Amino acid sequence: MPLGRMALMIVVMAGVTYLIRMLPLVLFRKKITSRYIQSLLYYIPYAVLSAMTFPYIFYATGNLWTALIGTAVALIASICKQSLIIVALLSCIGVLIGGFIF
Amino acid sequence: MKKQKSTDFNKPLTFKFGLKDGLPIGLGYLSVAFAFGVKAVVAGVPWFMALFISMTNLTSAGQLAGLTVITTLGTFLEIAVTQLVINSRYFLMSITLSQKMDDNFSFANRFFYSAFVTDEIFAVASSKKLPINKKYFLGLVILPYVGWSLGTLLGATAGSILPPIITNSLNIALYAMFIAIIVPPSTKQLGVALAVLMSAGISCALYFIPVFSVLKDGIKIVISALITACLMAFLFPIKKEGDSDAVR
Repeated sequence: MPLGRMALMIVVMAGVTYLIRMLPLVLFRKKITSRYIQSLLYYIPYAVLSAMTFPYIFYATGNLWTALIGTAVALIASICKQSLIIVALLSCIGVLIGGFIF
Repeated sequence: MKKQKSTDFNKPLTFKFGLKDGLPIGLGYLSVAFAFGVKAVVAGVPWFMALFISMTNLTSAGQLAGLTVITTLGTFLEIAVTQLVINSRYFLMSITLSQKMDDNFSFANRFFYSAFVTDEIFAVASSKKLPINKKYFLGLVILPYVGWSLGTLLGATAGSILPPIITNSLNIALYAMFIAIIVPPSTKQLGVALAVLMSAGISCALYFIPVFSVLKDGIKIVISALITACLMAFLFPIKKEGDSDAVR
């Protein structure tokens, strides 16, 4: 692909992605007062993050077993209320150690 | 020294605190972007174009899909539709964030900061009980942006120095962070726990049942989240904003 066309395609890609992010932030300036909508927006983050994590986390490392170890470590560490970076680090270490076994 | 826990959602939101919250995201991005940089160059994209993609898009799944469209000589329409579908989840996230931002975010500010709405930045920002202010949000987005750009640059130029066993283990970091965000409130609120379980269940069903394989992953995530949130908002409505113990 010629570089000029590639650059244009990247610009289109960036433009679409930006519009999706920008429009709601710019359009929804007033506080929403409906209790239902407030509740909806309260649950959306958890629902989105959960749907993004499962089942995709099982395929993140290229090996189901090491991914399962990493997932288990992350679950246990976060039940023990560790900070984000500690949970992430422990999970990586779990996968790394698992990688030597499997 | 007091240990900082992921449950400190009530801390004052300063620029420094934003940087601190952004650090793990930045480190996670560094490794994921590194993988993207390697992949782009292997697929035949020059290193500076790979960097250009990362600096203008700041989205992992979208960039991977975009890379596929570019390297398979796809059309402009194809790349636009792909981004629309995969990144539609940002629309939901931006709606939520629009309600979390304090009144000091001007019209221009909102145009600027919306470029930095990513899964992880959204996750951290939306988990705060206090409204988000500009200083905190700026602090929050700097390191992830730097990490994402720098990671791509390193991956695209320095390439495959790291052994796969290291890069594979780094790939789980961002997912582990998501777990660290959704689990603690799940142990305290039944509604959140059920929302997390239900959304994961629907997401897995859409992923594993063959008939849904026509849907892109981005759409599957949006469907799972919307069904879950619509039902939970009905079954477990939160207390009105302004109540002394309102959940946010």
